[in-house]
Amino acid sequence: MSATVLAHDADRSASCGGGVADVLASSRPRWGRRLRNRLALGAVVLAVAATAVPLASVIWESVRRGMARIDAELFSSSMWAVVGPGGGLLHALVGTLLITAATALIAIPLGLGAAIFLTEYGAEGRLASLTRRAVDIMVSIPSIVAGLAAYALFSLLLGPGTRSGLAGAVALAMIMIPVVVRSSEEVLRLVPQDLREAGLALGAARHKVIRRVVLPTALPGLTSGAVLGVARIVGETAPLLLVAGFTDAMNYNLADGRMTTLPVFIYTQWSAKGLDTAAYDERAWAGALVLMAVVVALQLAARHLPAQIAKLRRNR
Amino acid sequence: MAALALAALAGCAQNETPSGSGADQLKGTVSGAGASSQSAAQEAWKAGFAAVSPDVKVNYDPVGSGSGREQFQAGGLDFVGTDAAFKPEDLTSLGSCAAGSGIVEIPVYISPIVVAFNLEGVDSLNLTAATIADIFTGKITQWNDAAIQADNPGVTLPDLKISPVHRSDPSGTSGNFTDYLAANAPEAWTFGETEEWPIEGGEGAEKTQGMVSALTAGNGSIGYVDAGQAKALSWASIKVGDEWVTPSAEGAAKAVAESTLETGRGEADLVYELNRATTAPGAYPLILVSYLAACEKYESADQAKLVAAYLKYVTSKEGQEAAAANAGSAPITSEEGLSAKVSAAVDRIG
Amino acid sequence: MAPVLAAPKPALPPTGDTPGGGGAGERAFSWGVRSAAIAVAAILVGVLAFLTIRGGPSMFAGAGDLPARATSFFQLAGPLAFGSLWVAAIALAFATLPAVGVALAATVYAPSPRFGRFLGAVLDLLAAVPSVVFGLWGLMVLAPLMTPVYGWLHDHLAFLPFFSGEPSVTGRTALTAGMVVGVMILPIMAAICRESFALTPPALMEAATALGATRWEMVRTAVLPTARSGIVAGGMLALGRALGETMAVAMVLSATPFLISFNVISPENPATIAAFIASAFPESAGRQVDALIGLGLVLFAISLLASIAGRRVARKAVAR
Repeated sequence: MSATVLAHDADRSASCGGGVADVLASSRPRWGRRLRNRLALGAVVLAVAATAVPLASVIWESVRRGMARIDAELFSSSMWAVVGPGGGLLHALVGTLLITAATALIAIPLGLGAAIFLTEYGAEGRLASLTRRAVDIMVSIPSIVAGLAAYALFSLLLGPGTRSGLAGAVALAMIMIPVVVRSSEEVLRLVPQDLREAGLALGAARHKVIRRVVLPTALPGLTSGAVLGVARIVGETAPLLLVAGFTDAMNYNLADGRMTTLPVFIYTQWSAKGLDTAAYDERAWAGALVLMAVVVALQLAARHLPAQIAKLRRNR
Repeated sequence: MAALALAALAGCAQNETPSGSGADQLKGTVSGAGASSQSAAQEAWKAGFAAVSPDVKVNYDPVGSGSGREQFQAGGLDFVGTDAAFKPEDLTSLGSCAAGSGIVEIPVYISPIVVAFNLEGVDSLNLTAATIADIFTGKITQWNDAAIQADNPGVTLPDLKISPVHRSDPSGTSGNFTDYLAANAPEAWTFGETEEWPIEGGEGAEKTQGMVSALTAGNGSIGYVDAGQAKALSWASIKVGDEWVTPSAEGAAKAVAESTLETGRGEADLVYELNRATTAPGAYPLILVSYLAACEKYESADQAKLVAAYLKYVTSKEGQEAAAANAGSAPITSEEGLSAKVSAAVDRIG
Repeated sequence: MAPVLAAPKPALPPTGDTPGGGGAGERAFSWGVRSAAIAVAAILVGVLAFLTIRGGPSMFAGAGDLPARATSFFQLAGPLAFGSLWVAAIALAFATLPAVGVALAATVYAPSPRFGRFLGAVLDLLAAVPSVVFGLWGLMVLAPLMTPVYGWLHDHLAFLPFFSGEPSVTGRTALTAGMVVGVMILPIMAAICRESFALTPPALMEAATALGATRWEMVRTAVLPTARSGIVAGGMLALGRALGETMAVAMVLSATPFLISFNVISPENPATIAAFIASAFPESAGRQVDALIGLGLVLFAISLLASIAGRRVARKAVAR
């Protein structure tokens, strides 16, 4: 915010000109400096346009091509026994929910635990530097490679034909863990050292200080980090195509059988169509709208949850 | 979000509520996987079968023929859809079947492959196999080439570059297309039959839909697509004997009827040696034949019943017509002889 | 148990003789977080092990065991690696200036805090669009739109190697794929630039302004130099994402394996590793899958090198 205020000041001083500043400024002619300033502003405006136009186009195309299918049936049906028009994505929604929840269940405890270890226990130790390096490397695992790794693991354990929601969750967890570790570590480091010392001075055990003081203080930030980690994986397609497979029916069992998520639903609606291609295209774009809504909801949650949690705590 | 979560947690999708009134008392799950070319047909079959046996749930994962066959061999699939039949040497170990079981392999999905093009002002063309091969190998580069003009008197061909589009992912469609070229224009097409596009150059497109998008977008483009997905494009007629034949379901079925079964296979292993060079009038030999493979014997007799019931539906008149309506395929039941052989093979399951 | 608890230099000061300091609760908790840290490292080792065990031998595989009728692993991997880097480079070329510009617009140039927040929301939304949707959009919307542009580029700039040769009539070129990926990585880069711009010491900006600098001069002399490492780091993170982008590239790019070409408007373009894996996987079996896993290992190595290089550059920039 201070930057904005400053920007106004800068503008004013530039346009008012005159005085010592001008004399001091430079030997360049004034119009040249003003022109440069204008050009820079133009470039910034162009950059905003370059960002906003593709986004507007994607949203417009999704609405134009998919809005017709945002109806009750979409949210109450699967694609089982549906030929041509109709049908829905409930199975994909449930699949997304389950696989994402399983991923979070793997990634958040591991990631948060590792982050606590890094900040509270072993900042300088050998295990800490090993873990930190591992996280640095894991960040650069491309998602399709995570899918291949999960495929290699599960085909070794259960044969090459294995497809399950759990395998998908394992692949996605490889992508999510480093995100959680990094964001949690950052947030935990922001907890004032005084708080810890005060707790310890009162004679509390270290784990109690961490659990009763450090974690609650950091909770808003930890939550938003976890939610952003979820948002990062919920749109993944490629690894799930490799290991979670595709089904058009409901499946509530992560450990058994194929499970479809929203991105995979969109892809299969596009890639494998029947004669009535319009029905498939509409479902694909409607799926895109739903998926974008889910991710936006997650991001809003990440932004507003911390404030909400803090407020709740204050009122208590 | 909350409402959605509630709907999801509330349980079943409205279209999946079990009726409990299946006339045939069959109950269970049949899982299959394989060729993506069959996915629209499988959709129709699953839906049609659900109306007959509502308590049997059939899954079909269009993972691709290669993955499907591998999974079937490794075990864990009840049936597999495949664009290329199992090689006889692969049939010794079928992990999905009971020990010592033979294989039931039947053609269930026959689809004409269309040589489709997008050329402003031209709705139909006659192309020989040699001309098509020359276009895709880059020997013919302009639409007004003399070789094309010679077969299309009266058509005004523009002086425009030809943009041939091929499938960049390995596919049964490419396999059948190259097989057709190799059989009918061996001098012009020297690469044989291959599911992976053998030449560098030309535009590559992912999946059938990538091909359709590319052809729809590009004036002057030409490619090969399963007929069901090529509705919006212009179709070329190919030369069979001395006639020009447009793609049709009837022509496709006829071409299969003109072919012979591969020898040296089991009685229920109906794999066709497609006669791509047929000169039978009306036959359209540029076709994709996709198979469904299952076991003669399963570990569980109940499972065998379920698979047999599903395959019976798939090969029935209703099943084949349902596929034709959703996928634009050619019903195998339109050829008496073929239909009888297939039914006999299905009867061996159990 | 003492050695387990004796973590070297913890963030907390030594607890001394506090009651319960070494109790069962403490032991369980520290054991828990320690094993989480070990598990994270072990997962990485596991990933590398599985990829190497299955994919490693394929590097010596011959014809028949490789996808795309390749005769040796490196004949396949080399051009694919080039394709991945090439498309990622195009994406970076498209994304860098807009990302820096948007980040400036959201911080220094924002006419009001609300505008800054609005731009932040736009970037978040853009980051929320999944890659399949970008694939659909690139294929159905952007590619046809770009076709005439490619014709024009070829007509007027054919002397440049990028625009020589016949242009694509479908628009599914390396340039289109690069643009799509560029849009996808733009929010990642912009977010990091924005963070580092916001960290510019206000005193520096005030000083520049006090000397009568225009807004642009203030940005050039105060904001950009201090944020340089942030911009580089953002670029490298974005590069990693671009290298790994799979579905959008697979759907948009007209790819030819084995091809190395700098032409960006041709119907024939180099394929990328990630997209190749995704499109070849379904029809592969046995040893061919191993080769794809080997390719995944190569992709992993490339994006790892990119991120190491990025971290090094960022550190150097900070030191300066």
